[in-house]
Amino acid sequence: MSVKTLKINGVDIAIEEGATVLQAARQAGVPIPTLCHLDGVHDVGACRLCLVEVSGTRKLLPACVTEVAEGMEVQTNTPKLQEYRRMTVELLFSEGNHVCSVCVANGNCELQDVAIQVGMDHSRFTYRFPDRAVDISHPQFGIDHNRCILCTRCVRVCDEIEGAHVWDVAQRGAACYIVSGLNQPWGEVDACTSCGKCVDACPTGAIFRKGSTTGEKERDRAKLDFLVTAREKHEWTR
Amino acid sequence: MDKIKFATVWLAGCSGCHMSFLDLDEWLIELAQFVEVVYSPVGCDLKHYPDNVDVCLVEGGIANEDNLELILQVRRQTKILISFGDCAVTANVPAMRNMLGGAEPVLKRAYLELGDTSPQLPYAPGIVPELLDRVLPVHEVVPVDIYMPGCPPPADRIRATIEPLLHGEMPAMVGRDMIKFG
Repeated sequence: MSVKTLKINGVDIAIEEGATVLQAARQAGVPIPTLCHLDGVHDVGACRLCLVEVSGTRKLLPACVTEVAEGMEVQTNTPKLQEYRRMTVELLFSEGNHVCSVCVANGNCELQDVAIQVGMDHSRFTYRFPDRAVDISHPQFGIDHNRCILCTRCVRVCDEIEGAHVWDVAQRGAACYIVSGLNQPWGEVDACTSCGKCVDACPTGAIFRKGSTTGEKERDRAKLDFLVTAREKHEWTR
Repeated sequence: MDKIKFATVWLAGCSGCHMSFLDLDEWLIELAQFVEVVYSPVGCDLKHYPDNVDVCLVEGGIANEDNLELILQVRRQTKILISFGDCAVTANVPAMRNMLGGAEPVLKRAYLELGDTSPQLPYAPGIVPELLDRVLPVHEVVPVDIYMPGCPPPADRIRATIEPLLHGEMPAMVGRDMIKFG
């Protein structure tokens, strides 16, 4: 396997061919904020938080789906990127209905965390207040589309780790939303094994366990890591 | 040294931010040495928002005509306007009525559909202020100088925001302690 050498923020890095810029940055200890990235499932570049600057191109590239190349020069935290990241988070907040104070994930939410990380003290974009649904037809879980940022982690974790493929994305643009089965109520989808991996994968309070109230959502992210390690490295103990 | 003219106003919020302000406990006594409270639902009994206010904490979003009138007056007569808490910064829980799409469906839902006995819409011009179509965060109506999120902002955050102002400095609104929503 060949090795590629590149610079991230001026520091020389060597990593195997085919790795992503995000993997190279993580290996070098350079923090890049992410929301849709989830260890163990493939990357889609949905949230745009991991945008980086690469010499030779004027476009900003998402680090999670950009492969490393020989001689690449990457900047991860320029003022331009900081400004775009803050705008991205503000757009996520103003697009949906994110009311932290009454959310199951308050205090344990990756969207809330990145808002702090990018220094968002208010949104400069007008809130849309879209009319979105809540589906509590499943006996154990619920999905509140108001809190969904369309990261598609649930779609990928259900398809790639559980192998059930309950979730998909319907519609286009601002009208997009996550559907279960063939756009059926979640409780009527036979394919759902009630494994709860989507609850553990969801970065916000959009998918939750019934009965948990404000600030009570807990995730077992280690369970996902364990399953991926078990499958890829054949390590069966936790 | 002249005392800082200090005000707090309560718009469309639950008063929780003001309760958190009272949680400053004994530091309120220290604060009182630096400020003159010229308008506040919890700090004094004056009924008119005065001219030349130095610092004003604004709790709540803009939900009705009274809120709108007061916030315009506050902005005209205040040097440093602080959006105080999530309702002022994001419109928060009061704005959850915005998803119903306008004042009329909200009033119908609350007073007609859910009215148990003699359901009727409130109508008292000049006494009950009319609802605006949407609840708005303060900065969508007037310019804001400092944003202090939180539901409510903890007392420590309120102190860390106000204390630098007493010495003529602006607070640094960064990090989990200062800008976590919710």
